[in-house]
Amino acid sequence: MMSTLAVTVDNLIKNYGSQNALKGVSLEVNQGELFGIIGPDGAGKTTLIRILATLLLPDAGQAEVLGMEVEGHYRQIRNRMGYMPGRFSLYQDLTVLENLQLFASIYQTTLEENYHLIKDIYQPLEPFKNRKAGNLSGGMKQKLALSCAMIHEPEILFLDEPTTGVDPVSRNEFWEMLIKLKARGITVLVSTPYMDEADLCDRVALVQEGQILSVDTPVAIISRFPSKLFAIKSTDKYQLIKDLQAYPSTASVFAFGEYLHYTDKRAHSSERAPEQALEQELHQYLQDRGHRDIHIKSIEPTIEDCFMAFMQKEHKWSAP
Amino acid sequence: MRIIQFLVRKEFLQIFRNKGMLPIIFIMPVIQLVVLANAANFEIENLKLFFIDKDQSTLSRLLRSKMDGSNYFLLSGFGLSSQDGATALDRNQADLVIEIPSGFEKKLVRENTQKIQLVVNAIDGTKGALANFYALEVISQFNQEIRQDFQAINKVGVSPFNRLQVEYSHWFNPDLNYKTFMVPGILVLLVTMIGAFLSAMNIVREKEIGTIEQLNVTPIKKYQFITGKLLPFLILGLVELTIGFIIAKVVFDIPFVGSIFLIYGFAVIYLTLVLGLGLFISTFTETQQQAMFITWFFLVIFILMGGLFTAIENMPLWAQRITLFNPVRYFIEVVRMVMLKGSGLMDIKWHALIVFLYAVGVNGLAIYRYRKTV
Repeated sequence: MMSTLAVTVDNLIKNYGSQNALKGVSLEVNQGELFGIIGPDGAGKTTLIRILATLLLPDAGQAEVLGMEVEGHYRQIRNRMGYMPGRFSLYQDLTVLENLQLFASIYQTTLEENYHLIKDIYQPLEPFKNRKAGNLSGGMKQKLALSCAMIHEPEILFLDEPTTGVDPVSRNEFWEMLIKLKARGITVLVSTPYMDEADLCDRVALVQEGQILSVDTPVAIISRFPSKLFAIKSTDKYQLIKDLQAYPSTASVFAFGEYLHYTDKRAHSSERAPEQALEQELHQYLQDRGHRDIHIKSIEPTIEDCFMAFMQKEHKWSAP
Repeated sequence: MRIIQFLVRKEFLQIFRNKGMLPIIFIMPVIQLVVLANAANFEIENLKLFFIDKDQSTLSRLLRSKMDGSNYFLLSGFGLSSQDGATALDRNQADLVIEIPSGFEKKLVRENTQKIQLVVNAIDGTKGALANFYALEVISQFNQEIRQDFQAINKVGVSPFNRLQVEYSHWFNPDLNYKTFMVPGILVLLVTMIGAFLSAMNIVREKEIGTIEQLNVTPIKKYQFITGKLLPFLILGLVELTIGFIIAKVVFDIPFVGSIFLIYGFAVIYLTLVLGLGLFISTFTETQQQAMFITWFFLVIFILMGGLFTAIENMPLWAQRITLFNPVRYFIEVVRMVMLKGSGLMDIKWHALIVFLYAVGVNGLAIYRYRKTV
């Protein structure tokens, strides 16, 4: 079955003065997809979402939402989309219920009429419906914002970093809600700086400095990881980084929590180089350098590793 | 329509929930009106009078007691030489020095004419002019009286009819009561301030805390948003005006000659203009601080050049021309005309037309500037 496109972005450019926020971004989002825009702060995620949410005009390029040009059809688009800005933007001095009623009435509907749409999200909030929105916890604020964005039965949702600054439990709950929304056929476009959230998306776009590094399913992105990945640990992490950087066949080394993630120039995944031999050689080298408690293990790459690899490639490519 | 209704409801919810703003909106203007109306008084009483009497006669003493007996003057000292008067002026112990020359009574009786010297301390021009004016009034009254006495004594048969006397009568404010004059003007200022500040700050606040972004992605139309913003403050402004009228009547007993509905009608146009100005300011400011300063800038000019503190007729011509662009001027004039003079619609039609065009212009500009795409 050919799925229709919910979002088409073609060579989008946006500058803030001399700052290039988007340097020619192109991507397509299928209808009913949970699509993630993953990248660090300042990558251009918010700018991209704000253009799609009809809040910002691009300097050049095309953007279509639900088959409509963003610039000319913003009113029709606004009726059919929901948007949650990165910063909590509901009225903090109005209660939960008043906020919902306000946004329902703006979309010419009522809370009662569309209660079924937001039931799952709103129910945990209902005991606090007479509390002012400003007095809610971070997780509850996000639920309220999502409820308000959903109240008019949008076909597509734009969520700008909905889980930033939210505790891990609420984050998980929030993603569960997004997955449920997706199951109802709603296209969800969500941006996040957390790489681990990428695995929950159908497809992700990795963005960095206003450019898209890659668009694919998380599995496909991981499978394209160019080499074998090792996690290495020893007693002196700082010295370990320095020694690995000095090691002649090092391709990359990054700190990942208590481990370092290391790739070897000789170990391209395609060549199926003898892992054992590499590991032993590395172990020997580090031992010679005076490291103790050396742990080396071969691991599966995560999206974050892929992101690092893409970034490195990008830099090499743009270096000269 | 339902959307606007909800937006207005939302504004009122927010206004009445804001425990800090509520007293500012309703109590501060009351205090200001009462305090300002009592403080802003151009009438000057108890001017310090220094009396130099070189004659020491019955007539000179009569004049002295007449001066002292009037409400305007307070005898602060007396002396015998011109030097004493100069010293008193230097020491700021006198606002006015009157010098009676020696032989005053004799010459007045014999030659039927005499001169006395008035020296006015004019550091404060208004005060000086008033001191001069009051003194002349008392002296001419004194003059009238002694002449009558002379005639009665001398029986020179001069008919009392050939004496002309000018009498003043102040229409519309017969007692020259400054409160009657000030209260309507101050009322206008308060309504103006509430309108301009509240509307500018309110929209900028939505920008500052980001709520405007959530509204902007909804299919809300420009006119709905703007009406939803202006209507609550229009209503507040009218409520404010009503409170002001009640205070004017109950506390100050200001006469209300004309039609109150005419004032309300004009107030609606005027408030639309003021609120539009606030809206316009909010379109090019990002923070409440910026909005506050710019609104202040406009209001200070409007208020000081509105004809309340300096009569427009006393301004230089160029400044008078500038006041033609000052909405406060028109509203003050209209309120005074209708309240004190009982002017009707035809009398204020030009005021109404100018303010109406002004309101259309400012609001048009504001709506044009207000971009939904942030």
